[in-house]
Amino acid sequence: MGSNSLYGPLDPAPDAGYVDAPPRMGFFTDTSVCIGCKACEVACKEWNAIPDDGFNLLGQSYDNTGGLSANTWRHVAFIEQPVVPSLTDALAAAGTQFLGMPLSDLPGRVTEAPRTDFRWLMMSNVCKHCTHAGCLDVCPTGSLFRTEFGTVVVQEDICNGCGYCIAACPYGVIDRREDDGRAWKCTLCYDRIGDGLTPACAQACPTQSIQFGELDELRTRAAERVDALHEAGVESARLYGHSEDDGVGGDGAFFLLLDEPEVYGLPPDPIVTTRDLPDMWKRAGIAALAMAASVAVSFLGRRG
Amino acid sequence: MSKRGDRPMVPRAEFKSYYGRPIVRPAPWTHDIASYLFTGGLAAGSALLAAGGQLTRRPRLRRAGRVASLGAVAASGYFLVADLGRPARFHHMLRVAKPTSPMSMGTWIFSAFSAAAGAAAITEAAPLLPPGFFRRVLPPVGAAAGLGAAVVAPALATYTAVLLADTATPSWHAAYPELPFVFAGSALASGAGVGLIADPAPPVRRMAVLGAALELYGAHRIETTKGILSEPFTSGHAGTLLRAGRLLTAAGIAGALLGRRSRVVSALSGLSLLAASAITRFGIFEGGMVSARDPKYTVIPQRERLAQRNE
Repeated sequence: MGSNSLYGPLDPAPDAGYVDAPPRMGFFTDTSVCIGCKACEVACKEWNAIPDDGFNLLGQSYDNTGGLSANTWRHVAFIEQPVVPSLTDALAAAGTQFLGMPLSDLPGRVTEAPRTDFRWLMMSNVCKHCTHAGCLDVCPTGSLFRTEFGTVVVQEDICNGCGYCIAACPYGVIDRREDDGRAWKCTLCYDRIGDGLTPACAQACPTQSIQFGELDELRTRAAERVDALHEAGVESARLYGHSEDDGVGGDGAFFLLLDEPEVYGLPPDPIVTTRDLPDMWKRAGIAALAMAASVAVSFLGRRG
Repeated sequence: MSKRGDRPMVPRAEFKSYYGRPIVRPAPWTHDIASYLFTGGLAAGSALLAAGGQLTRRPRLRRAGRVASLGAVAASGYFLVADLGRPARFHHMLRVAKPTSPMSMGTWIFSAFSAAAGAAAITEAAPLLPPGFFRRVLPPVGAAAGLGAAVVAPALATYTAVLLADTATPSWHAAYPELPFVFAGSALASGAGVGLIADPAPPVRRMAVLGAALELYGAHRIETTKGILSEPFTSGHAGTLLRAGRLLTAAGIAGALLGRRSRVVSALSGLSLLAASAITRFGIFEGGMVSARDPKYTVIPQRERLAQRNE
């Protein structure tokens, strides 16, 4: 283990022991061009043969899936917000067409009434393939492993469904499938990228909101995109999970967001739990010594 | 509903979320795991009690401790396997030994402990055997196994605290500095509970007091120093469980100290300590689950952390 194996900037594949690893691969999901078509959700389900997760109406805008789960490895979030006019103008100037719909009043119901527009935020969420992956750190069977591309994958023939990874993920991504008992999540299409193919979701995305490629290149592209948006006046544009100085050492799948992360259901400042693991073992060691000492004191005392 | 314990410890803070949905996922563990926290601690505490009895020549304590330890270890094994999504694959835990996985370390600690504790308990059957080789050789084997189990016992009792804390579950993680002390104390108190029932000798009463002190210190810190993340341990169902556990601990200690002339009062005190240990584990378990299900326990502490860093 290197000095940054638990926390801090790191190239994960060489740290995991790969010699001459290929470049680290990842996703850049630019939510400013997402149109909420859910082609990524469908393509992911098709390629990975994931069971359905029920046919529910959640009453949460166009989101009837709810979130990432054992049976949803790409999830499109829909957020409806009162619109800020300057923002729509700016987005239009940046080359994004704001459609100006839907309305919260019926059009024409009240003549001359001010029209209350609102905006949709749409975001295709996915496993972050963290540099420091809590799920992988805590897996007690070795079922979760780091691939040569720096991604994190579950081996379903090894997983015994202990559920530890599920509690360890700071993003709430990985999940146990009810009728199956094992943990499942996005593999970043490990079975495709090894053959030089693009992951199913990125292949299906019609607006290039989901971009797949070498992580270094994606980071450069994302920085340029966020600069362009800022220049056009979209002050709220920000990158999420791009920095290798963040609490998980940077995400292999990172995002461009138009609002605070928690609005999309993302943690604002995730830190991999194993950062504190050495300290935890130390505290447990002290408690264990206190326990042994208590028994010794109890039995060595006078026989009164 | 305005019971005293239900008041929030910090003023209600505004936070944003995605339709109020949780961000982190609660562990998919059932009460099997909460039960294991108790039985694992009981196995460790009983093994230490047995070793104390063995070294100070108190055969009743030694025997009761070893038998209780074997019973608790067997129950633990059942709970651990039953809670897996694929119980038939429990042996996949033995493929690796991974220091970054408290569950992997725990598997090896538990395996070593259960072998030693099991051997020590079985040798207690020596007097039932006809005179001969086995009857002669079993007691020294039991002595070695009993001491072996006692050496591993503190690790068995405290690794479970790391197991819970090494997660994204907000209130478990925040409690990591003190949780091992709660579990160590709880394990000692439950072991002493077995002793109070079997043979309420002075060392057992001292062990009960020291265990309760460790547990109360840790629980007090967890319930008062973690800001909003203390809230799940002081309110709701978890808060009720932890308060009930504390009352039972206090009753058990009072009975152990004041009722020392009465076997009945001592035994009742022992039962009280055992119940306290079990209920406390369920309270800690439940508090963490509550903190994972409500996004405010993820968002607000992380926002505070960001604000501090940007100051």
